[in-house]
Amino acid sequence: MVEWEEKHQLLIETAREFNAKEAKRFLEIMDKENRFPPELPAKLSQYGLLGLKFPEQYGGAEMDSLGAALVIEELAKVSPAIADFLVSIHASTGVILHFGTEEQKATYLPPVAEGKRIPAYALTESEAGSDLAGIRTKAIKEGEGYRVTGSKLFITLGGVADFAVVLAITNPEAEKKHRGMSLLIVEGFQKGKEEDLMGLRGLAVSELSFQDLPVPGKNLVGKENEGFIHIMQSLDGGRIEVAALSVGLAQGALDEAIRYAKQRSQFGKPISSFQAIQFMIADMQTKIDAARQLTYYAARLRDAGKPHSREASEAKLFASDVAMECVSESLQIHGGYGYSKEYPIEHLFRDAKINQIFEGTNQIQRLVIARNLLERT
Amino acid sequence: MKIAVCIKQVPGTTEVQINPETGTLMREGVEGIINPFDLYALEEGIRLKEKYGGTVTVLSMGPPQVESAIREAISYGADEGVMISDRSFAGSDTLATAGTLAAALRILGPFDVILMGRQAIDGDTGQVGPETAEHLGIPHVTEVKMIEGVEGNRITLRRMLEHGYLRLKAPLPILLTVVKEINTPRPASFKGKLRARQVPVKILSGKDLDLAPKIVGLSGSPTRVIRVFTPPKPTGGKVFTGEPKEAVQSLLRALKEAGIPMNCKNGS
Repeated sequence: MVEWEEKHQLLIETAREFNAKEAKRFLEIMDKENRFPPELPAKLSQYGLLGLKFPEQYGGAEMDSLGAALVIEELAKVSPAIADFLVSIHASTGVILHFGTEEQKATYLPPVAEGKRIPAYALTESEAGSDLAGIRTKAIKEGEGYRVTGSKLFITLGGVADFAVVLAITNPEAEKKHRGMSLLIVEGFQKGKEEDLMGLRGLAVSELSFQDLPVPGKNLVGKENEGFIHIMQSLDGGRIEVAALSVGLAQGALDEAIRYAKQRSQFGKPISSFQAIQFMIADMQTKIDAARQLTYYAARLRDAGKPHSREASEAKLFASDVAMECVSESLQIHGGYGYSKEYPIEHLFRDAKINQIFEGTNQIQRLVIARNLLERT
Repeated sequence: MKIAVCIKQVPGTTEVQINPETGTLMREGVEGIINPFDLYALEEGIRLKEKYGGTVTVLSMGPPQVESAIREAISYGADEGVMISDRSFAGSDTLATAGTLAAALRILGPFDVILMGRQAIDGDTGQVGPETAEHLGIPHVTEVKMIEGVEGNRITLRRMLEHGYLRLKAPLPILLTVVKEINTPRPASFKGKLRARQVPVKILSGKDLDLAPKIVGLSGSPTRVIRVFTPPKPTGGKVFTGEPKEAVQSLLRALKEAGIPMNCKNGS
């Protein structure tokens, strides 16, 4: 890597300090107890790592996408779940930041940056995952506002959220389904059961439900009936962040493998002296570096205001596949011990899989990439 | 409220060379950290500012490398930093240091509250705080474990005692030295770090302070350090290993053989 800009360098240092001083105790609670630690947001805020992209006036640092990716990568080396907490917050606040009114920004963003309120991004439903246009949640117009009815599934932070940005149908008559949906900031929803997930645990992933819930008209984010479009416009940012999370996770897995291989002796020598292990390590680092550069490239394109949909999808696809490969190889290097909960590779192995699934499955990413190439004239 | 926090940069290691002529520590070239007790003083200063408004000025006296300590203090949340540095200040004992700090505080002030750590972990004297207050002619309270609040011109404090605390009111301006029980210092934030790189650190030299040469540095220091040394580590001793029960029995046997009386009621 050539030299970092000062702000990026300081951001990496700050995230490393958080990892060294704070991450482990939060990780215990999140992974072992599947519980969201209530002190986590305030602690991240003290380090200045919350609301990074917000303007100064809303408690942020006006950080670019590359900076956000670097923080997420760094945190994911130790705790992918904490990194995903940031990814989730960036997604829900991102639409407010880009499409919201000044009043919405002033009301909802500063408490998030201070770690006092937690947002959720409520899109997915039982019948609407990759096919987001298949949602059923409705927001029926009533006077100046709406009444929302429906339910959302697998909502990250849903169980602890103070408010949620919800995608709902506002025009059931629309000729094209995706032209009849809106984004609303919703409070006072019901929280259903929290999921007991394989990895990225402790993020209170829950069902949310709405029963004739009144939502004031001023809570409409962006334009009415253009919610789906707004989401599509902001997907790329999330994909870059999941790519960064995957890069960090993969590097964390490799770092653990190297540490273990140097300390574990077999046949009278550390296993790191065996070529079989060295080749695995070399292959992993090569792939991680490639994934990392692809991720930074997508982030830099985004920061330069250039088209980056294809690159964001490429980064997400490649980095999450690399992460899955690296956790598997790292666990292999750990041998039987890697299969025990005593070593971090065990949770990294479980944490890796979801990156191939969420924020657009890797199959969807391939579609995005292929269409982008085929539709080019 | 105008708040000053005086910090000292101390060696981050115990491997420090000692100047054989003066008996003082050779700080130059050694990586320094902020004296841990001063971090509590700084945190308390930032909390006072958050509660009552105002500014926090950080001061540090020492060789040019103390600038890094001052910048670190800014990253925690101090508003501005002042470095008190001059060749002629070298070799200051607590009296000369306090006189120099007081002169700087007079120039930069007046301050309502001046905070310091209870002592520095290198010299361990705990004298600079009270001496500085005397130079300034203001009251001081040492070993403060809590600032209850400020009302008008009066501050209410708790001072740590061995088995409890002393609650007292005192007038402003005041100098306080704090103990580590007073708070938990916050981490440096990203934005704080960015600011710390950008804000200028003011430098006060001997000329700025206009102090007579005989009261600063080595010549203004009546203290003469005769010798500084690391006490030898106790050697010898015996470690009893094995199963706890066997190890304890071997230990008891050894104590008995050594003729050390024991008050064991039963043999277990």
